Amino acid sequence: MNGVEQGFAAKPMGADARAKIETWLWIAQRASAALLALCVLVHLATIIYAVRHGLSGAAILGRTRGNDAWLAFYSLYVFAIAVHAPIGLRTLCQEWLGWRDASLNWVIGAIALALFIFGLRAGWAVFAS
Amino acid sequence: MDMLQVSVWRGGASGAYRIYEVPRQESQSVLDVVTYIQRNIDPTLSYRFACRVGMCGACAMTVNGVARWTCRTHVSKVVKGNAIEIAPLANLPVVKDLVTDMRGFFDKWARALGRFIPSATRKDDFARVASDSPERVAANAGIECIGCGVCYASCDVVSWNPDYLGPAALNRAWTLVNDVRDGARRERLAAVAGDAGCHACHTHLSCSERCPKNIAPTASIAGLKRAVAIAALKGEL
Repeated sequence: MNGVEQGFAAKPMGADARAKIETWLWIAQRASAALLALCVLVHLATIIYAVRHGLSGAAILGRTRGNDAWLAFYSLYVFAIAVHAPIGLRTLCQEWLGWRDASLNWVIGAIALALFIFGLRAGWAVFAS
Repeated sequence: MDMLQVSVWRGGASGAYRIYEVPRQESQSVLDVVTYIQRNIDPTLSYRFACRVGMCGACAMTVNGVARWTCRTHVSKVVKGNAIEIAPLANLPVVKDLVTDMRGFFDKWARALGRFIPSATRKDDFARVASDSPERVAANAGIECIGCGVCYASCDVVSWNPDYLGPAALNRAWTLVNDVRDGARRERLAAVAGDAGCHACHTHLSCSERCPKNIAPTASIAGLKRAVAIAALKGEL
């Protein structure tokens, strides 16, 4: 009994659980940022290569179609985006709009899911079409 | 004699600036100016000070738009032409004129568990802490805070999120996290985590730029982010 309890009395219920969730969101955003730093470089290099060599749409599809490595890379890229962007958007909504209730988390969750699904769909399209 | 044109905030949350003419003197501090107005022109002016030598942290105000300790701020450093504008600290409710209600500021120190919680009793031997140990060096870097509220008034995140603990409370928590005699590390890390705590900091560095004691609360907050993340990864949070 060293007075710690007294400190908690001033805090709202569930503060510990919230602290844990927020910390993991922070870790997830930093980790996905590290992944994105790599993925964006590869993505930009790919774009520059395609433009410099004047590759047609058909030529690009010829390289991506059935290529497991490209599918894996872009799936990873999409995953990192779907983790990173919604967490940042959530913070923006909280700070700029003052939107802090539970409804925000549902909307952000839906945006994360949509980014992931549409991103994967695009990746799959150049792999399988 | 040279005269200063001093605009001083009068009123509470709503109010207006009133202009006073104050004689310019050598080595004059902004607190000298405010005191001159109150003693010679308008005794109804409210402001707060105590030590006058930069120890107590009571006299912080907004001077020409920037939060400063007024007792150690020379007029020559801040005057524009012969004009000075003096307002209460931002991000705190105004009681009257230049006096703010600091309760929210200090309540947040309590919320951040900003007090020493001993792990030993008086029956134990003295703790021996090497002055050059990394923990003690980190604690020493933030320990000289006088609680003036300049960092808190300068912080953009406080203005966006009224629940944000702010640089001073988080800096205090960081000094205690590095105090090897303290017995509430886990509780304190939990108290400072989250969107009202260290993770909300945007690293704008306004606190570190403006701290009159040259403390870098931004570095303390970054330390807390690391410590909280490591505790979470270890499953200790």
